[in-house]
Order: sequence, then structure tokens, then C-alpha cells
Amino acid sequence: MVTTSTSGATRAARGGEGKPLLSVRDFKVEYRTGGGATVQAVRGVDLDLYPGESLALVGESGCGKTTLGLGLLRLLPRLGHASGKVIFNRGDGTEIDILGLDGRDLREFRWRDAAMVFQGAMNAFNPVLKIRAHMHDTMRAHTKATRQEIEDRAGELLRLVRLEPERVMDCYPHELSGGMRQRVLIAMSLLLEPEVLILDEPTTALDILTQRSIVDVLHEVRERLGFSMIFISHDLSLAAELADRVATMYAGRLVETGGVRDLFYRPRHPYTLGLIKAVPPIVGDLPDLESIPGGPPSLAALPKGCTFNPRCKFATDECRQAEPDLLPVTDEPGNAHDVACIHWKDVHLERRVQDDLGTAS
Amino acid sequence: MTATETAPQDRVDGSTPLMTLAAVSQVFDTKAGPIRAVDKIDLSVNPGEVLCLVGESGSGKTTAARMAAGLARPTDGKVEFAGNDIWSMNRHDFGSFRRSVQYVHQDPYASLNPTRTIQQTITAPLLKHGVVKGNKAAADKAAELLTKVDLTPPENYLPKFPHQLSGGQRQRVAVARALTLDPKLIIADESTSMLDVSIRISVLAMLGRLRDDLGVGFLFITHDLAIAKYFGWHGKTAVMYLGRIVEFGPTPKIINAPTHPYTRALIDAIPEPDPDLTKTKGRQSLRSLEIPSLAHLPSGCSFHPRCPLFEDGLCDGEVPELVEIRSGQSAACHVVARDGAGEVRPDEPVA
Ligand SMILES: Nc1ncnc2c1ncn2[C@@H]1O[C@H](COP(=O)(O)OP(=O)(O)OP(=O)(O)O)[C@@H](O)[C@H]1O
Ligand SMILES: Nc1ncnc2c1ncn2[C@@H]1O[C@H](COP(=O)(O)OP(=O)(O)O)[C@@H](O)[C@H]1O
Ligand code: SF4
Ligand code: SF4
Ligand SMILES: [Mg+2]
Ligand SMILES: [Mg+2]
Repeated sequence: MVTTSTSGATRAARGGEGKPLLSVRDFKVEYRTGGGATVQAVRGVDLDLYPGESLALVGESGCGKTTLGLGLLRLLPRLGHASGKVIFNRGDGTEIDILGLDGRDLREFRWRDAAMVFQGAMNAFNPVLKIRAHMHDTMRAHTKATRQEIEDRAGELLRLVRLEPERVMDCYPHELSGGMRQRVLIAMSLLLEPEVLILDEPTTALDILTQRSIVDVLHEVRERLGFSMIFISHDLSLAAELADRVATMYAGRLVETGGVRDLFYRPRHPYTLGLIKAVPPIVGDLPDLESIPGGPPSLAALPKGCTFNPRCKFATDECRQAEPDLLPVTDEPGNAHDVACIHWKDVHLERRVQDDLGTAS
Repeated sequence: MTATETAPQDRVDGSTPLMTLAAVSQVFDTKAGPIRAVDKIDLSVNPGEVLCLVGESGSGKTTAARMAAGLARPTDGKVEFAGNDIWSMNRHDFGSFRRSVQYVHQDPYASLNPTRTIQQTITAPLLKHGVVKGNKAAADKAAELLTKVDLTPPENYLPKFPHQLSGGQRQRVAVARALTLDPKLIIADESTSMLDVSIRISVLAMLGRLRDDLGVGFLFITHDLAIAKYFGWHGKTAVMYLGRIVEFGPTPKIINAPTHPYTRALIDAIPEPDPDLTKTKGRQSLRSLEIPSLAHLPSGCSFHPRCPLFEDGLCDGEVPELVEIRSGQSAACHVVARDGAGEVRPDEPVA
């Protein structure tokens, strides 16, 4: 069986087509850090997610990826506070203002409209409950499904993520391997058929072959169920494999968004370019790699102007004046590519990973 | 045949390898019974050479590395440093072996003492082993070492505590500390796994300079084949699975022309940082996703319950030996040993 998926290409970059499922404007998240101080972990994000689309959120550690994901689903810890506008368009035409939801409406939104698979699969389970109990509790809290309906639905989804329900349902979370737990979480998050699934580092810390099985499972379930997803990853290869569109995040803001091929072959932000040049491809000859000097800034002391300027080899005095806005680099319809860099016209990727081996099938 | 014997011994002067593991095993007693975390492996590292040890978690990489560093005594087999069995050495020689082989831990957060400044961390071994005399000379040497690992200007880092540094900076400090005793071999166990991509490459570049400029040999352990490729391109790579070496050879061949079904599955499974390429990469499904437990190893080839090339009666009988398949490249697989690896892939190795 060949598990390669080419469907990503046909689903291509369609930012800007039709009505977005999720529309995010000037979204901010602040954390209170004690003594009356706060830090802004997300500083004004604009983002549209279209039906059926897969969006990768990439960036180094601490850039605010998890915070953004949690904030969009109103799952922030108590000391976090979100502001701005997040609109979810239900299929029936109703628009939901997510930041205004509370109580029952919020709970309903979280499983039926959108669900999240958290970073670090173990913490998401109650260790004293078997997988069966997790499935039943989740379904019963949100639907009037009968016992048998729940068993059927859970069984169907477990098989979809390539697990045998008979073996898994009666296990405690700790009895499963990391890869199995991650697949159970994916199945659970899909119980109520959400329109949007947010996955935070779905393969990080898993072994290569296990990662591959998760990636294949995600390709398959998305094909079958057609939900939209936002997945967070520091692994660019995963974005290349799974995303239709990619958003690069730096110091709490999106600095570049575009179709996956535009971002990988024609990046226009020096940070995206730097990330791509730092990833060693596996096939072919030894590439020249480059690192990005330094590290992301502390949120408490952001550089003036473009926050990337201390690490940027394109930086000029102008870059230290004002923070650039995220602006389109093309007016081609249906092919949105936005960049927050005043020198984007000078940014070009020279290297392209060549498949020296010819493409094995 | 063993990896040591099949390895083309491209030594500079035909001298003894720096480090040799000969038929080394480590057995642990666990609740589930005794497990062979490492089962009769042969490895050698020459001066200034890089040997990458790759494999998934639990394959025995750290256990092997700890034996190479003299931190754990093998249940069976011999660990030799510069031709001498380290467990027959007298105290003095063992001490000098331990100084010549430095182990850099996978977690930069856990490996530095949080209550010591960087200066204290680095000067302590210098003074303890009498590498330099007096605080002034120790401080100068510490500054020199920080410069070697690209922490410049050193004055900015010497007075700091580990929590004031980033992950990459801490890992550089750990390397600087490993360099205090002028090691011949650095054992780097997943030393860059916890770092962000961009920082990882700069730490690897720094390690590469130590290898080239100081002639330090590396036993470089990683589960990430792309990192092994980048750091070990001019060296060799051994692939471990459930305590055994299943493939060994020059790194470019392991990466671009692997022969063992397990190595091929690993290489194929890795997504590429290129959307067109990654979607056209050929992939074979494994027969099972589950990694067997070391306490209940499958008979014969331990990869057989998962292997796409499995042949009933052949693969589940004897444990396959590591034999040479192509010049300098050996694999432990019955089918590849019988059929060769000729038509396995259309390509020839790049180097
Ligand atoms: N509960 C919190 N209180 C205060 N600051 C926080 C809290 N959680 C996160 N932060 C800060 O917010 C910033 C963004 O953190 P976040 O976890 O969103 O990053 P990330 O991009 O997901 O990183 P990683 O790749 O390491 O998971 C960081 O500077 C972090 O230290
Ligand atoms: N001290 C120990 N006691 C019992 N089992 C151990 C011990 N150290 C390692 N193991 C087991 O040995 C196997 C190999 O572990 P390890 O060498 O850490 O693998 P790797 O570094 O490749 O992930 C694992 O199954 C692990 O659980
Ligand atoms: S605005 Fe200036 S500093 Fe910022 S990324 Fe662009 S060139 Fe670099
Ligand atoms: S010996 Fe058989 S089961 Fe083992 S790797 Fe070779 S073909 Fe696969
Ligand atoms: Mg995160
Ligand atoms: Mg290990």
C-alpha cells in the first residue's frame, strides 16, 4: 500500500476563497506574570481559516503558537486574557462571536464546532479512567447518544486512526504507547464531528515511524471527514507534508502567511527564509545549512521596530523605526501571500531541495 | 562478521581505533524479566572521526553510549580505549580514560548545576584536575573555552547562571565544560534534540569545528537521521533496533542507499522540508506499528513482525548476522544477504 497523499496539491492555497470558517482579527493574549506585570504573548493576529483547509502554524519555541491555539478555543489558563475578534461561521449561516461565549454555549462550541489535541498527549487523559470511559463521558456530556451509538461511533473513529477498538477501549491511558495515545486523542477529538481541529505539536516527541503513522492518519481522516485544521509545529517538514497554507509566527505576531508552495519555494520574510535554510532535508546530497543568529526576544523587552531586526541580515535603520504590517505581496485572486517585512522584495530563497535520486514510487 | 571488521579502516596512520566496543552487551533485570538493552554490538571510532548511532527511542543508544563512556560496565564484551580494556585498567589509567572521553547529556536543562555560575562550572574541573594553576589562569582558560563554543564575548556569559541562558547557550556551556580536560572523544547523546532548528544547526556547526580543528572524535547519538546526515556525512552511521545494530556503513550510503528494510522504512517515513518532494516520496507500510518489548523479543530477526519483506520460515528462525552487502556497508537481514541490495533502489550513493 502506498500511503503518499497528493491531495494536498489539489486542495492548494485557497486563502481568500468563499467565506472563512474561522475569522480572527486583531487577536491578542496577555498573561499576568505577578506584581501587576503582564506580557503580551500574542500581539494582534489576523487570520482566516477556510472550510476544509489545513493551516500550519510554525515558529521557534516561545513565539506564541500554543497560546494562539488555546486562545482561539478559549482554553487559556486563568492568568491569560484574550481580546480582539474571533468569529466562527456555522454551516447554517449563524455567526458566533467566540470571545463572547460562556457557560453552555462555550462548552458546546468547544466540542461540536472546534476541538483541540494538546501538546503532550498524556496530560489530556484522566489516568484512572479507561479509554471507553473517556469516550462515553465526552459523548454523553454533549449528546443524547445511546450506549450502543457511542460504542459504534468510538469504534468507527478508532478504526479510522488504525487502532483496534477491542484492544484499546479497555485500556488505561498509561497502558498505551505514546503513538497510540496520540491516535486515541485524535479519535476522541473527532467524536462530535467538529468543523475545526487544532493540533498542538501532534508528532513531537514521537519516534519516526510513529510520527509517520500519525501523519498518514491525519491525511486519511481529513480526506474522509473533511474538517479544517490548524496544526502547530516547530517542524517545517511536517508543515510541508500536511499543510495547504502556512503561517509563520514570530514574537507573538504572524510575519508571513501563504500557500504551502509559496512559503517553501518563495518565502518573502527573512525569518521564514531562515527557518527553511536551517532544516536539513533527508534525501540527496549534503545541503548548505544556515542558522539564524541569536534567539527569539523576551516578550518583556521586544526590540523596537520590526521585532526580528536584531537577527535579520536584511535589516536597515528603517527596520528599527516601526513594526511592519502584514501586507499582500500579490494581488492574484485566491492566492493570498502576506508578509510583514519592508524589504520583502529583496528576500529570495536560492536553495531548493533537489531529489537527486529521482522520485521513487 | 562484525561492524568493526567490515568497516573500511580509513585510519590516518593505521593506528588503533580510539574507542572500540567488541561484542558488548548490557542486560538489565526488570519486573518483566531480564532484558538485553544492548545485544553484542561492535563499534569503533577513530581519532577525529564521527560515528553516528541512530535508532528509535529504546533501541539502546544511551545504554551503549554509557558503556562507551565507562559510566556503566557491560554484562559481556569488551570496551577498549586506545587498544586497552578499560575495565582492566588501573585507577590511574581509568582516570585518564574518563578524562579523555566526555559525555554531553541530552538535556541542557538538567546537566548544569543551577547554583553555579558559568565561570564556576567551567573552572571547577580545570582546577580539580590541575589543568591550570590559580584562579586567574582558570578564568582565562574558561574565557578561551567559551570563545571556542561561540559564546562571545565571554565576559557576558561567565558571571551568569544557567537559568539566565537559552537552551542553545546552555548546551554550548555543557560542551565548553566537556572541553576543559582536552578530550579525545566526545559522546554527544541527543545533544541537540531539545533545541530549536535554527539554534541546532549553529550548535552542530560549532561541534563540527571542534572535530575539524581539534581532531576530537565523536560518538554522535540521535534519533533524527537528518541530523546524523548533517553532522556525520564524512563519517559512518550505525542503525540500532531493539539493542542490535541492523545496518552500518558510510553515512551517505546509509541515508541515500539504505539496504536494511528497517533503515529504509525510517528514511522513507521522514517528511521532507519540501512540499512537492515530501508528497511524492515512496512509502511502504509496515506490517505492524508496534515496537515489540525487549522482554519478549520476536524470534529470529526482531524486526520480522513489522517487516514488509518478511519471509515465513527464513526471518523468524535465526538471528541474522551483520554481513557486508556492498563495499563498506553491512546489514543484518536474511533477505538482503541472500538477494543483495542491487535492485532495491535505482540510485547509487552520492558519495
Ligand atoms: N501561563 C503563562 N504565564 C506567563 N507567560 C506564559 C504562560 N504561558 C506561556 N507564556 C509565555 O508566552 C510566550 C508564548 O508561549 P507559547 O507556549 O504560546 O509558545 P509556543 O510558540 O507554543 O512555544 P513551544 O514551541 O515551546 O511550544 C512565551 O514567552 C511563554 O514564556
Ligand atoms: N537502568 C535501566 N534499568 C532497566 N532498563 C533500562 C535501564 N536503562 C535503560 N533501560 C532499558 O533499555 C532499553 C534501551 O534504553 P536506552 O539505551 O535508553 O535507549 P535509547 O537511548 O536508544 O532511547 C529500554 O528498553 C530502556 O527502558
Ligand atoms: S522589516 Fe527589516 S528587520 Fe524586519 S524582517 Fe524585514 S528586513 Fe528584517
Ligand atoms: S531478516 Fe527478514 S524480517 Fe528481518 S529485516 Fe530482513 S527481510 Fe525483514
Ligand atoms: Mg507550544
Ligand atoms: Mg537515549
